[in-house]
Amino acid sequence: MDAAIIRELKTLLGPANVLSQTEDLMLYEFDGSVEKGRPEVVVFPHTTEDVSRIVKLADRYEVPIVGRGAGTGLSGGALARGGGVMIVFARMNRILELDLENRRAVVQPGVVNLDITRAVEHAGLYFAPDPSSQKSSTIGGNVAENSGGPHTLAAGLTTNHVTALELVLPDGEVVRVGSRHGDVNGYDLCGLFVGSEGTVALITEITVKLSRKAELVKTLLAVFDTVLDASRTVAEITARGITPSACEMMDGWTLAVIEDYLKAGFPKDSAAILLIEVEGLREAAESQATAVAGICQTHHAREVRTARDDHERDLLWKGRKNAFGAMGRLAPSNYVLDGVIPRSKLPEALERIHEIGTKAGFRIGNIFHAGDGNLHPIILFDPRDAGQFKNAVTVAEDIIRMCVAMGGSLTGEHGIGMEKNELMPLLFTDADFDLMRRLHDAFNPNSSLNPGKMFPISKGCGEIRVNRKSPLARVTS
Amino acid sequence: MSGATSLPVRLESLFGADHVLTAETQLSKYAIDGMPPRAVLRPASAEEVAEIVKVAAREELAMIPCGSGSKLGIGMPPQRYDIALDMRGLQEIAHYDADDLTLSVDSGKLLGGVQMALRAKRQFLPLAVPCMEICTIGGTVASGIDSSLRQQYGTGRDFLIGAEFVDGTGRLCRSGGRVVKNVTGYDIHKLLIGSLGTLAVITRLNFRTFPLPEAHAGHLATFSSLDAALHYHAKVSQSGLPLSNLELFDSEYAAMAGRLFDAVNQNVSPLLKSNSWVVYSSCADNAIVVRRIVGDLERIASSTNCANQAALQEPANEELQGLSQTAYQLLSTAAPCVALLRIVLPQLHASTIAEILRTAETPWLHSAFVVRACNVAYLALLAEKEDEPTIAVLSRSVSSIFSAVSVAAGSAAVLHAPAALKRTMNLWGPSRPDFALMQRVKAAFDPQNIFAPGRFVGGI
Repeated sequence: MDAAIIRELKTLLGPANVLSQTEDLMLYEFDGSVEKGRPEVVVFPHTTEDVSRIVKLADRYEVPIVGRGAGTGLSGGALARGGGVMIVFARMNRILELDLENRRAVVQPGVVNLDITRAVEHAGLYFAPDPSSQKSSTIGGNVAENSGGPHTLAAGLTTNHVTALELVLPDGEVVRVGSRHGDVNGYDLCGLFVGSEGTVALITEITVKLSRKAELVKTLLAVFDTVLDASRTVAEITARGITPSACEMMDGWTLAVIEDYLKAGFPKDSAAILLIEVEGLREAAESQATAVAGICQTHHAREVRTARDDHERDLLWKGRKNAFGAMGRLAPSNYVLDGVIPRSKLPEALERIHEIGTKAGFRIGNIFHAGDGNLHPIILFDPRDAGQFKNAVTVAEDIIRMCVAMGGSLTGEHGIGMEKNELMPLLFTDADFDLMRRLHDAFNPNSSLNPGKMFPISKGCGEIRVNRKSPLARVTS
Repeated sequence: MSGATSLPVRLESLFGADHVLTAETQLSKYAIDGMPPRAVLRPASAEEVAEIVKVAAREELAMIPCGSGSKLGIGMPPQRYDIALDMRGLQEIAHYDADDLTLSVDSGKLLGGVQMALRAKRQFLPLAVPCMEICTIGGTVASGIDSSLRQQYGTGRDFLIGAEFVDGTGRLCRSGGRVVKNVTGYDIHKLLIGSLGTLAVITRLNFRTFPLPEAHAGHLATFSSLDAALHYHAKVSQSGLPLSNLELFDSEYAAMAGRLFDAVNQNVSPLLKSNSWVVYSSCADNAIVVRRIVGDLERIASSTNCANQAALQEPANEELQGLSQTAYQLLSTAAPCVALLRIVLPQLHASTIAEILRTAETPWLHSAFVVRACNVAYLALLAEKEDEPTIAVLSRSVSSIFSAVSVAAGSAAVLHAPAALKRTMNLWGPSRPDFALMQRVKAAFDPQNIFAPGRFVGGI
């Protein structure tokens, strides 16, 4: 990278907000995925104006830009695939306004997801999207990836909770889309930008909806002796029209690993458990809890426990939210997949995943959002063993292909990024890519923002016009 | 090829005479603000739609996709209108997995028919919109018309999970999928909602469906002043009670409803004719929950300055729900000359509402006002005749309302108006700062500008 751009960035932001030493940059070449991509310089803006200036500078030097929050992403969305400038939003972390009466919060992108809830819970409010990373992931990253979480089942994804955005376009222009209320005359631009994975604009301010805490939450844990019984239970809850606020499944093997680590009181000899939460008015939550417990019993649940208080509820969730960490005890690394299937196909899908894993010699854990068919198989592997890693990636692809073949999709909440961009043709045709590309180019014509993400770039997917001077050329060459 | 032969003849030779309507009487049925198309095409498949769009793009023919036409009047008069694309030939329910609560349906299918198919499995789509029995599902989504169940189920963007459509280059594209949770690629289908056919021709829509609730109930409370009514409305809003409807009627709208029910011999509630502000709430769940909610509403009403209140059982509640579903129809036909505005208010302040209503107070107009779910209000300006002076008065009133709404940081648009008014003013209100971005989106979808040119925000 041209030393001049680093000098200019230091002048612009002050040396304390620019990192360019290799040992510093190495800290930013990973995220939560198995991918890698090292930036050439990392900068920390404090204001929208900073971001706009950085973008204009990068544009002048024709280097790519990638935005990053906490780096907890699981699809390589915040990795510098083409090198260049990484804009880390960690220091734009102020809550700008809380409008409790109208249930809105205006926040900078570096605000940690859970901090929004912490700021408003005294008023009985919370921010609904709750990815497992919510203690550290930032709202900017959540918006870019359209993050989900266990409570997506009833509450929806991040996109359902964002009403307005301030954006910086790749030429440095600052624009606002949406409105505080959320209802505008014209196209739903917020709907387009949320989940666009940093490929069309950088997000510098976000207006989110705040949800009201339910009068009563009931959390149930149902223990099963077969995975089939557990998955049939989920299918019946769905088919009966009950929408729990969350419906999570963990297989028995995964559960034993978690229990060894957390001692949360999970049974170690079950085949699967369901963690089901229902909420609403007292009468509604109680009648739903009774109905859910009945369905569990119909499908031979060995035991159905109901959390008696918040402490017990937190303990049950602690197991779920720390599951991926617990896996670290078994293997040096793990690969968390993210695929979606129609919910009615759950029993069949779990069986197929087991087969695929066994055939390739991997033990695959399953801990996932069963209620909306969002699978998270976990493959344990040792990244130092190149062969094992390659096999893990092949198994991952096989599982995602299976999801698509069942009528499902490539990702339910982690995003495409650079993990699955080559799989996009499984779902989309040349015509689809052409339109997506035109939309991309309408905002990011030189691919200077987050090049090499979401769109397939391998040979044969020749829809992408690569200008040799463009940042995308760095990715494809 | 566009040389000497007339457009209808060329289209007939390309697509077959049975797919093309050209007689004047037929064309007039597709007229928008007095302008008929030059031809009507009736495709029977998405592939045929793509072929037609390709020709239109090549010849730069302006095309407006149509369903039953019940909301076709929304938007500015067309700048050009060569082809009406009647989508009612695409009628299939392509996929319905009741156990998964997902549905995939052709855009020309009538919404009433879709609901009937879902009802057989005790499910439904929360698109409670006017003309539900006769309107197409594609038109419902493209028009962006409000569902009266928004309070409980959100808008289409909350349950539309995917779409197939033909873009302006004549290629069949898709976005989203058929699963309820999906972040694969850009959420392009969200852009189609309320886009009035200016981006693409929708050929198929995928939804998540919902179980039909077991029980419904409603509640009416009347107030002698707007302040008192808003105080109660705010208390109900803040209570967190899960409601299907939460609406505020002015006395004129309430009386209009009362007369409507009288005309069909439905004794819904005398409270509608009490010349007061009325707040209507309804809920849906199981019988126990519904009883609890109505009990809470009664308590809240008693604790405020309510003049009168009444719990509503079925069928009275169902009648009122039907009313709120069809408010657009009721209001747009309430007088010989009507301008119907949709107004979104971030906050319901008495001073803002009073200011908006004052603008309608002229000797030539009267008005009816209803705040529907989520602070989306309808205001109908009603006049007894449609002549030049009346149009001038309407035009001034609408402009003042736009200003008052802007001051309140809200947004407004004219949903329905006589063609004479539509030709003189921008129905979409003041321009937005992100308009340039909308133009970029339009150009990406429809590079030749063939889809419904001039009808949308800012002349898109």
